[in-house]
Amino acid sequence: MAQTMQLEIFRYRPEQENEPTFQTYEVPFDEEWVVLDAINYIKDEIDGTLSYRWSCRMGVCGSCGMMVNGVPKLSCSAFLRDYYPGTIRVEPLDGFPVERDLVFEMEGFVNKLTSVSPWIVRKEGEKKPLEEGPYKQSPGELSDYKHYSMCINCMLCYAACPVFALDNDFLGPAAIALGQRYNMDSRDQGRDQRQEVIAAHKGIWKCTFVGECSAVCPKDVDPAGAIQRAKVSSTADYFLELLMPWNKSR
Amino acid sequence: MSYRRPIPATWWLKRRPYTMFMVRELSSLAVGGYSFFLLYLAWKLGQGPEPYAAAIGVLTSPVSIVLHLVGLALALYHTTSWFNVTPKIIIVRLGDEPLPEPVIAGAHYAAWIAASAVVAWIILGI
Repeated sequence: MAQTMQLEIFRYRPEQENEPTFQTYEVPFDEEWVVLDAINYIKDEIDGTLSYRWSCRMGVCGSCGMMVNGVPKLSCSAFLRDYYPGTIRVEPLDGFPVERDLVFEMEGFVNKLTSVSPWIVRKEGEKKPLEEGPYKQSPGELSDYKHYSMCINCMLCYAACPVFALDNDFLGPAAIALGQRYNMDSRDQGRDQRQEVIAAHKGIWKCTFVGECSAVCPKDVDPAGAIQRAKVSSTADYFLELLMPWNKSR
Repeated sequence: MSYRRPIPATWWLKRRPYTMFMVRELSSLAVGGYSFFLLYLAWKLGQGPEPYAAAIGVLTSPVSIVLHLVGLALALYHTTSWFNVTPKIIIVRLGDEPLPEPVIAGAHYAAWIAASAVVAWIILGI
């Protein structure tokens, strides 16, 4: 008989139950399969009512993040063989309110991303006319922020963050890293504007540096590093303002 | 109607990295507490040789030795866990390339060893 594997999947159907349950499915075991393949098999062959998000199947789109045995993972990158012959427990990403089965609410996350003004901001009067061409940047200046720009918005970092789980209003790792991505960009002048959100009470100062956001990041963005560096520069701002209150140009 | 999963008070026992984070946070109590203890010894020293000798005498009890060993372990863990994350915070750029992470953490360890050697030299007079 062909080898099989069991998946315990978090089910929540608000129209028929008030509390979530776990449902166990048996799927064929294939060395090449990832957790997402197994879930697609369940949806196609066993139970069409299972709801979940996915798209590219190759670690690019960031849609298929799930808790796999308690750890936030892209389900398209978590191989069954790494868990065989045990049971795999699949849950929606931790910390987020669950809408249905493995689908969770991401509206709060999207609002946080836009709140950090994730675009190049130029000061009034310092915008270059289009005919003068692009703002130039050296490879060194690019490397200052390039790794922060690799984020695919998969939200694994939020699921790994106990601070976010305990307080959903925390701006969170990806949004702060995105803000830093523009703050560190030599073409940008919008740091003061972003500080209103990033250095606010619900921003960087909520972070206790657990560091798991960076550990689970599939793209090595290192949001924990971004947050700590933002803390250092905000602290420097504070002391500069204290020592030189007349100096308003940061 | 979306469902909010409850967070048990034992969330930090669920995964090892969270447990080690809590140990790191709690170790600061041991480090802070020991600083107060050193202040207490300095205060005793200010009272004269006899009160100081009595306070030092208490330190030789087995309970005190066990507490010191636990305190030492927590202080070492506190120090190394923070030194190991320094490369995330301090980026030193020479030209286009940042200094490699082990150099940043290594510089902290080197400074720690040097400072310890100075302290040992002052106390032990070697």
